[in-house]
Amino acid sequence: MTFSYYPGCTLKTKAKDLDMYARRSAQALGIDMQELAEWQCCGAVYPQAKDEIATKLSSVRALMSARDAGHDLMTLCSACHHVIKRVNNDMATDTDIRMKVNNYIKPELEYSGETKVVHYLEVLRDYVGFDELAKKVVNPLKGKKIAAYYGCLLLRPGSVMQFDDAENPSIMEDLIKAMGATPVLYANRNECCGGYVTLENRPTAQRRATSVVSSAKAAGADCIITACPLCMYNLDANCDESQKLPIIYFTELLAEALGVK
Amino acid sequence: MQTEKEMANDIIRRSGVNPLKCMKCGKCSGTCPAYEDMDYHPHQFVSMVQKGRINELLQSKSIWTCLSCFACIERCPRSVEPAKIIEAVRLELIRRQGCNHLKSDAIPELLDDKLPQQAIVSAFRKYSK
Ligand code: SF4
Ligand code: SF4
Repeated sequence: MTFSYYPGCTLKTKAKDLDMYARRSAQALGIDMQELAEWQCCGAVYPQAKDEIATKLSSVRALMSARDAGHDLMTLCSACHHVIKRVNNDMATDTDIRMKVNNYIKPELEYSGETKVVHYLEVLRDYVGFDELAKKVVNPLKGKKIAAYYGCLLLRPGSVMQFDDAENPSIMEDLIKAMGATPVLYANRNECCGGYVTLENRPTAQRRATSVVSSAKAAGADCIITACPLCMYNLDANCDESQKLPIIYFTELLAEALGVK
Repeated sequence: MQTEKEMANDIIRRSGVNPLKCMKCGKCSGTCPAYEDMDYHPHQFVSMVQKGRINELLQSKSIWTCLSCFACIERCPRSVEPAKIIEAVRLELIRRQGCNHLKSDAIPELLDDKLPQQAIVSAFRKYSK
């Protein structure tokens, strides 16, 4: 199982753990992650406007490199996944954007969305399989009650992301079960953490983060797992002290369960 | 200087949204997690752009408090995609000379040691050109 891998800026700096535990776990599971030789920041937010071209180029370059390497493109950060997947969808479905991007990059071979973009969690579900993963768990996380936090970017818009049921996802809960722990369902698992608005209007982000974490706490969770460095930040730094829970990257728990932490 | 009607046409084209599809059910605003921090709400953006009331929207604080969470897009029963209209209005403003909302000089005091790079890149992309 070989994939081209796009880590993104934050996984090289503030979120090194998310990346490191993902690589260790991948090795234990027989997944070969080949980091793209050259990649540029995805821009962190998907440029929604039809006339935004330059802001989509870095994603297209990563997508083309994976195509040229002959692999699917694996992502890990929720934001990178969101941006690259949606830009890829534009390249496959929007003829005007496709033409302008190709005119700009002038690749030897035109790009029109051929690369398959898969998130690390999708690799676990669709390529490894949670039953197989469960067999490789050497250190089951028995008794741990874990709340999965999906947030926005992995799920929406469901028609493009096609990650899971956008309103009632289960992929992270299935992973939690495979690791031997107990998933905790709670109302706000797919509502926004506050995102980048923490820099513009901190009270909004504080209200969002507190409402997510308190919802998980009320449902009896011991901790929350996430795939996104910005969700990690908001749910921790912007949550009211009285409601705080440990916020952990899902890859850290996976590495623990697989005995490679 | 463009008229409001011309700006509205540009915004509609840039967003790719057809505001006439809206049936004014208000579900987008009902589900919006930034509702309390907005003056104009997602359903109002759709109908005000359709009516050409752009100057008011350019003054709106909602263009900065929208979280780009896409809940309104997912949950609109008519696939109107209000967040795209809000983004197109914001671009109408920040693409003008001198209208960057987030200036790089302001960044250092917003930082703390845990803030991920992703937050800064996102905010720059959303608030400045
Ligand atoms: S949810 Fe859709 S149809 Fe309903 S008011 Fe909002 S934009 Fe209009
Ligand atoms: S994308 Fe913006 S307008 Fe739409 S629901 Fe989220 S915060 Fe509200």
